[in-house]
Formats: sequence, C-alpha cells, structure tokens
Amino acid sequence: MIGFATRRFVQAMIVMLVVALLSFTMFRFVGDPINQMVGIETSLEDREALRERLGLNDPIPLQFYHFISRAVRFDFGTSYQFRQPVSELFAKRIPATLELSFTSALFALIVGVPMGLFAGLNRDSSISKLFLSVSLIGISLPTFFIGILLIFLFSVTLQWLPSFGRGETVQIGSWWTTGFLTVSGLKALVLPSITLGLYQMTLIMRLIRAEMLEVIRTDYIKFARARGLPDRLVNFRHALKNTLVPVVTITGLQLGSIIAFATITETVFQWPGMGLMFLQAVQNVDIPIMSAYLMLTAFMFVGINFIVDILYFLIDPRLRVGRP
Amino acid sequence: MPTVSNEEAKADVPERSEAAAATGRLTRMLESDFLHAFLRSRVTVVAACGTLTLFLLAFLAPWIAPHDPFDLASISILDARVPPIWMEYSDPRFPLGTDDQGRDLLSGIFYGMRISLIVGFCSVAAAAVIGITLGLVAGYAGGRVDALIMRIADVQLTFPAILIALLIDGVANGIFGSLDRDVFAFYILIVALALSFWVQYARTVRGSTMVEKNKEYVQAARVIGLPPVIIMARHILPNVMGPVMVIATINLALAIVTEATLSFLGVGMPPTQPSLGTLIAIGNDFLYSGEWWIAIFPGLALALLVLNVNLLGDWLRDALNPKLR
Repeated sequence: MIGFATRRFVQAMIVMLVVALLSFTMFRFVGDPINQMVGIETSLEDREALRERLGLNDPIPLQFYHFISRAVRFDFGTSYQFRQPVSELFAKRIPATLELSFTSALFALIVGVPMGLFAGLNRDSSISKLFLSVSLIGISLPTFFIGILLIFLFSVTLQWLPSFGRGETVQIGSWWTTGFLTVSGLKALVLPSITLGLYQMTLIMRLIRAEMLEVIRTDYIKFARARGLPDRLVNFRHALKNTLVPVVTITGLQLGSIIAFATITETVFQWPGMGLMFLQAVQNVDIPIMSAYLMLTAFMFVGINFIVDILYFLIDPRLRVGRP
Repeated sequence: MPTVSNEEAKADVPERSEAAAATGRLTRMLESDFLHAFLRSRVTVVAACGTLTLFLLAFLAPWIAPHDPFDLASISILDARVPPIWMEYSDPRFPLGTDDQGRDLLSGIFYGMRISLIVGFCSVAAAAVIGITLGLVAGYAGGRVDALIMRIADVQLTFPAILIALLIDGVANGIFGSLDRDVFAFYILIVALALSFWVQYARTVRGSTMVEKNKEYVQAARVIGLPPVIIMARHILPNVMGPVMVIATINLALAIVTEATLSFLGVGMPPTQPSLGTLIAIGNDFLYSGEWWIAIFPGLALALLVLNVNLLGDWLRDALNPKLR
C-alpha cells in the first residue's frame, strides 16, 4: 500500500513538473511579457530595466526554478488585462466554480445512480429503454447547446429562473462567497448545474446499468438468490457494491472534466467563476491567467487521480495482492 | 514442386493474396454477420440513412442550398431576423428565417454543417495519423521510446480534450495575433483538435501492435530483411486498423462537438466562415430578444448530426466487439 502510494505520488509529481514546464514555456515565449506589461510610450531603457528586475535576462533554467518556486506560493504575476495579481483574481472566482461543480456532481450522482440501478435491474422495461434513449440524446447534445435550450425554455419563455450570474451571494470568512444561502443564489444555481451535470449523469447511469447487467449474471449473485436472500439485499449489498469500482473511477475522473466543462457552462450563463476568466484570458491572450489556470487545473486533476487510485485500492481487495 | 527463388516468391505472394482478398472480401462482407446485424438493427439503419442524408446536404450545399450566404450581393440587411415560415412576418424565401445579417438560415446551416464536417474529418484524420504513427512506433520499438510516448499520452489523458484545444488555441492566438487568426483559424482548429485526440489511437494501436509483432508473419518479414518502417506500415498496420475505425467514428462525433464548442466560445471558426458552432454563438446574442430561431435551428442540426454519428459509432463498437455477440 505504501509502496503503491509512493509510486503514484512520484508519478503525480512528474506530471506536475511537466505541466509546470509547459506553463512556463507559454508564459515566457508566447509573446513578449514586457510588451504586454508596459504601455507603448515606455522607453527602451525602462523596458530593459524592467526586464532585468523581473529576471527575464537570467538563464532559462534559473528562470524556470524561480517560476516554480513562485508557483508553489501561488504567485503567477500580474494579469495583462486586469492589472491585478493573478492569485487575487483566482481567489475571488474559485468559490463560484467550486460551488457550481459540487452541485452538478451531486445532481449527477443523485439522479444518475438510481436511474442506472433501475435500468440495470429491469433491463427490458420500457422505462429503462426510455432512460437509455434520453441518455443517448444527453450525450449527443453539446453542453453549451443544452444550456441555451434551458435558458430559452426556463428563462426566456417561462421566466422561472435567472439566466446569468450567481444571484445574491453571502460572504463567509475573508474570501469565500456562497450562493447557497440566498433564494436568488439557489435559483441561479439550478440551470447551470443541470447543464453541467447532465453529461456526467448520463455517463454514470449508463455505466451503472452496464456494470449491473454484468454483475447480476455472475455466480455469486445466483447463489445469493438461491440462498433465499431478499432481492433488496442481493441488489444493494451484493450487486451494487461490486459495480462501484468503475463508478468511483469514472466519477472521480469526471470531477476533473466537470471543472473543465465548467468553462463552457460559465460562459453560457455568465457565471463569474474561473472558467469564464480563463476563456476571456484565451481570447485576450492573457498568458499569466492561462498558465495559472493550467497549473491549477493540472493540480486538481492530478490530485483527484491520485485520490481515485488510492480509493481503488481500498475498495477492491483484489488489487492489494499480486501487483508488482 | 518447382523451386522458386526468394525474389520470385516475394513478388508472387502479394499479387495472389490481393486478388484473392478482393473477391474474398466482397463475398465475405455479403455473407457476414456484420451486414446481417446491421440490417437487423432498425435504429442503426435509420442512423446510417440520417448520417448519409446530412453528409449529402452538407457537401452538396453549394448546389442545393437555396441561397449563398457568402455572396454579399444577394443578402440584404432588410431581410435581417425574419422568423421561420410558420410565424407571422415571415418570408417564403426563407423557410427557417434569417440571421442578424439577413442570411438565409437554412442555407447557412447547410454551409455551416459542411465546415463542421470538414473540420471534423480533417482533425480526426490528423489525430489518427499522429496516434497511429506514435502507437506503431511505441508498440514496435518498445523500451524507452515506448515508455516516453506512453508517459506523454498518460499526462495528456489526465486533461480533457476541450481544455487542451482551448490552450493550444490561446497559444496560437498569442503567436499569430488576432488579425492573422481568422485566416489561420481553420488550421489552428485542426491542429488543436488533432493534438487533443491522438492519445486514444496511440494507446489502442500500441496494444494491438505489441500482440501482432510477435506473430509469425511479422517474424517472417523480419527474417527476409525488411526494414522496420515497411514492416510497420505494410504488415502490422493493416492488422491493427479495425479498432482504429471504431475510434475514428466515435471521435468524429466528439470532434464535431468540440469544434462547435470552441467556435461557440469564440476561439474556433470566425463569423466569416461560420461553422454550426459559430452560427449558434451568433444566435445566442438574439435569444433574449425573442429571435430564438437563429440559435436553435443550427443547434438542432448539430444535435441531429452528432446523434446520428454517435448511434452509428455505438453500433459499430458493439458489432465489432466479439465479447458482446
């Protein structure tokens, strides 16, 4: 267990290092950072002085070292377009993205797992077939178009729910703002989290269904039934538990893509999170924000993957033996 | 038994096997489970017809579209935002209405679908070429080369494709500047998509290559002294292409969606060469003022296209998977 975890940890560190290198290359070589920071009237001497002061004349490996040591302290310099420290900009926007991602993951699990269970246990019922067809449509519709459809239906036509922003937020602590505590904040969460979670929901549903179909054919399930155990016990204790390994993996990995797809959802709903900021950075070539976002998401992905690997290990005892 | 020299045997074998394979393949296809299974699955037949129809509509757009949305002489700003034909104030010339510049939406969708499909096909092809090459090399060479390529693939696999494509697009933005961007948008998009999707091909091809390279025909090819490149391209490649086709079909749908998403986010195709995603992005600005058709119709076209291709890909995957038969 310790060896496994250590190995995974080393791998994760290597990934982070590669990402840092990429992010550094982007920061350093895409466009001239100095040109982006100063106005057109700055003299050559001033530019040179600034270059020296920022350490841009140092040898590249040393610059990379400085970049990493600053990144560890979450110092990514100043945004070209906002003229504010990138870390402050992110700190303001992270709560919005995390609340959105959390709510949609919750939605995906709460709706997806029971649907998948039902469809797996009642393979031939017409409701299961309906679930499957709906899920196929859910997979085929691009996220942003689902958002547009929901806005069109619930905001423009019915005018039930707001189509943009977070509603009223409440400040908790020094920097966390939450939309969970106000009515308008909760209302604003509904459409974006459905949009973001729909794809994950269909994925979880199809996965659980497929796993259930496979598991209920196995001998130990037949045996459990033959012993006369009640259906509920067989389905949940024996069958569901054994479908969980892939579900945990996929859900964990999907957490990462929820954060990635949050970019799209946040754009559609003008949700003031870091995805929206990243997109604006891409459009305006705001490299410090882009490289910070790259590092931050990489950190989240790598962290999630690491935790999923460890969980895998804890859930499935078969992995504990016979692995080199 | 006549004695043949080595050279003669080598020249002889490919000819005979090719001729036999051609007729054999045809009869095999007609009698196969594959065709039978295809005709038996009603959904798949419908999806195949739907896909074919949409492809035809898209690629024949210049000949069948009622208007040319790129012909500035034929569009008039006075026709802007005409609703679809069943609503009030509509115009019989524009069955699905017009967009904000007076371009016929139906024609716009045909042309947009064409651009979406071209980008989709090109990026899938590019991703497949990159992935297959690296997969073959990794699987055949093994050792350090293999480890290096596969670690890169692993690192990339931790990130969703859309993020990678966005990043590449952002970097390209920085290099080309926004003016040149419109000119290069098409190529940037294809490179971004190809670099985001190659991993799956590489992993699959590597796996099959590692199985194939220990088989006798590869050893025979090695014994007669063929260079590794020829062995990989002419001997192993044809035998690892099966799964690649399935991935390519599924990835086509994914590439179309990703392209549409990038265009919708404003970093894909520019409004001068609108793909379906660009059309939806344009329409999105008018959603709140009641002109819903500008966004919704291109969106439905996109959804239809992706759904059909997805259905086809799903079926293909199941049909070629012996475990599920």
